[in-house]
Amino acid sequence: MVLKVFFPSCCSSADSGILIGRWISEQSSAVILAVLHFPFIPVQVKQYLGEVQRVTKVSVSVLGSWSNSKQEKEERLSEFLEDLGTIFCHEPWIQISKEGDSKFWSCSTLQKHSKNPQEEEIILVYYDQRKVMLSHLHPPLDTAGQGPEDASKLSAIFDTVARSQVLFMTDRYDEGPIKLTHWQSDGVEASIIVELLKQASVPACMLLTFLLSLLSGICRSRVLKFWPLSFLWSKLSTCEQLGHRLQHLQVISSNKKAQNQNQLMRKANIFVSLLVDVALGILLLSWLYRKNRIGHLADTLIPVADHVAEELQELLQWLMGAPAGLKMNRALDQVLGRFFLYHIHLWISYIHLLSPFIEMILWYVGLSACLGLTVALCILSDIIALLTFHIYCFYVYGARLYCLKIYGLSSLWRLFRGKKWNVLRQRVDSCSYDLDQLFIGTLLFTILLFLLPTTALYYLVFTLLRLLVVVVQGLIHLLVDLIDSLPLYSLILRLCRSYRLAAGVKFRVLEQQDGKPLRLLMQINPLSYGGVVQTYRLPTYSCYPRDSWASLCKKLFLGELIYPWKHKGDKQN
Amino acid sequence: MAEERRFRSASGVPIALRRHQHSASCRELAVRGPRLQLRSLSAATSAVWLAAYGLFAISENSMVLSAAIFITLVGLIIYLHFVKIDQESLLVIGSLGIQVTSSYASGKESTTFIEMGQVKDVVINEAIHMQKVIYYLCILLRDPEDPQGVSEVVPLFQSSKPRLDCLIEVYKSCQEILEQRKTAPQ
Repeated sequence: MVLKVFFPSCCSSADSGILIGRWISEQSSAVILAVLHFPFIPVQVKQYLGEVQRVTKVSVSVLGSWSNSKQEKEERLSEFLEDLGTIFCHEPWIQISKEGDSKFWSCSTLQKHSKNPQEEEIILVYYDQRKVMLSHLHPPLDTAGQGPEDASKLSAIFDTVARSQVLFMTDRYDEGPIKLTHWQSDGVEASIIVELLKQASVPACMLLTFLLSLLSGICRSRVLKFWPLSFLWSKLSTCEQLGHRLQHLQVISSNKKAQNQNQLMRKANIFVSLLVDVALGILLLSWLYRKNRIGHLADTLIPVADHVAEELQELLQWLMGAPAGLKMNRALDQVLGRFFLYHIHLWISYIHLLSPFIEMILWYVGLSACLGLTVALCILSDIIALLTFHIYCFYVYGARLYCLKIYGLSSLWRLFRGKKWNVLRQRVDSCSYDLDQLFIGTLLFTILLFLLPTTALYYLVFTLLRLLVVVVQGLIHLLVDLIDSLPLYSLILRLCRSYRLAAGVKFRVLEQQDGKPLRLLMQINPLSYGGVVQTYRLPTYSCYPRDSWASLCKKLFLGELIYPWKHKGDKQN
Repeated sequence: MAEERRFRSASGVPIALRRHQHSASCRELAVRGPRLQLRSLSAATSAVWLAAYGLFAISENSMVLSAAIFITLVGLIIYLHFVKIDQESLLVIGSLGIQVTSSYASGKESTTFIEMGQVKDVVINEAIHMQKVIYYLCILLRDPEDPQGVSEVVPLFQSSKPRLDCLIEVYKSCQEILEQRKTAPQ
């Protein structure tokens, strides 16, 4: 089988020494992690490697020899390097040698116990050690559920480099018996700001946890659980959103360190998303309160509500006449029209009663936009719901009336044909009615049938209005969900440090020379933006759509009430 | 060891196949389509601008002209970066895997690497495309649960669609390397 040697590009100019790494025999590949320089004592080297193996659980061993000859003193060195093969016995013993500044190295293997004596081909693959160490390989989404024994060959290589971090902790300024060359051998890198932030984050987390526990204690107290208040909290989307954000804060401020990559990314995403949300909210706040825009908004709110009510009154007058040329039943029309008109009149008086306080309420409610843009959008959606409450009431009245009519009609139609609904057996059975039952039934059926167009028209008009309001609210909720679930930290990471999120690798063929091994460069193939969003999406608290299109149409036809959104905590019926 | 031969694609457009043998177990096969023609580019731009000028003459709104320029620029960038594929290449490295690369006219390269352990075989298949029946080369991926089954089919050279003669050359080159893994001791 072809022998593959993965060589870190940072060791290309290292002095002569022996190669330290991991040998993966199933794939016949050697992953070189570092070069150990002369002079060394073999016993100490074996001891050191044993310790590293114990800490990292990666089977690190001496794989071969590396000679970088800048002058011509080959002969003694090559014999010396072959003798090393007997001290550190490893099958096969890899020998790589570089002459001067040449790009083309010669690679050979020594097999003492080989079954086939022929020369096997060697492929030399260069890789960037730092990038491979920091990167996280994402399996393709459809194979994510497979066990570790199916893990791809490449993930073994990524794994090896990532887990050998302790090997890269010693640099060449350390006084010790072992002198290594790897990506950090010029000095261990660290950032003062990152260390300071790490130190500061511990007391900050503790403070945040304490405040959050106080807050959740207040929220869970019995005072807020009485019936009218708890009903109100469950209907207002602002409270849902605030609860969701509280949960997020609890996740961030927990003391446990993140166990794996997914949890770490999740925490980081939540943190960045919260920051951006609050920043946008404060921007919105400053825009609203500058030049007293919120006062202007409050001033236009009452005239807008008045205008909506006037439009509704005109619509009802139109329905009470001959709408679109259709002929309505005059009596029923007048009754329904007057009933709804009175309702609107009540609503207008209520709004006018509230008008002196609107500006103050709006001013204080607008301050809560500093909690985040999502909270401001939820408040907007709730205000729309409150202002169009009369449309919702009309829709409920119209739907209930229409629903009753449809059920009555279907039951009387069965009576007309001499059949009956058997509740016990859930089917339609034939039944013999008395003459007076048939007479009254047919009479009622006729009355309901001829009153159907009027009721149906009112129902249609109010359902359309309600659907319009629902669509507007739905768009706002969609925007809130988008801000909630977008993994901003992962997207920024993909933009700036694309090697951290790897979907795979790509190979580039470098210059070749006859007689020398094949030279390839292994680079990291980053995950696409769509893949990043799909993998790291934050879960939200609502799911759309509740009904499929077919069941929605059926409900509309029968007059059953439609509740457009379903929240995750609702019981399924 | 690079050689280039001319062929035709399924729609009659001339394409070129370049074969490069890097080593005994590594081959690169690249199919290059025709470049973007200045003729078609100027024809499309003039059509859009004539339409915009006609609209401007009717509506007397100068925003139409700036919108047309903006649309032309954005459309050209999107076309070069996401639609126009210049070259599709296949790099077969025995015992490592197969790499499929598409290079776009703007220089962007989109690469997929499939490990040799997942590759079952490389075959030529027939497909009904629009009103024609065409041949295409594809990689069959092994199913982890079923050793005889195929979990996925990855079609190659989808944008240049070479004809059967070109596909046979590519198929022969690939099979020479794939056979090596059967004879090599595991």
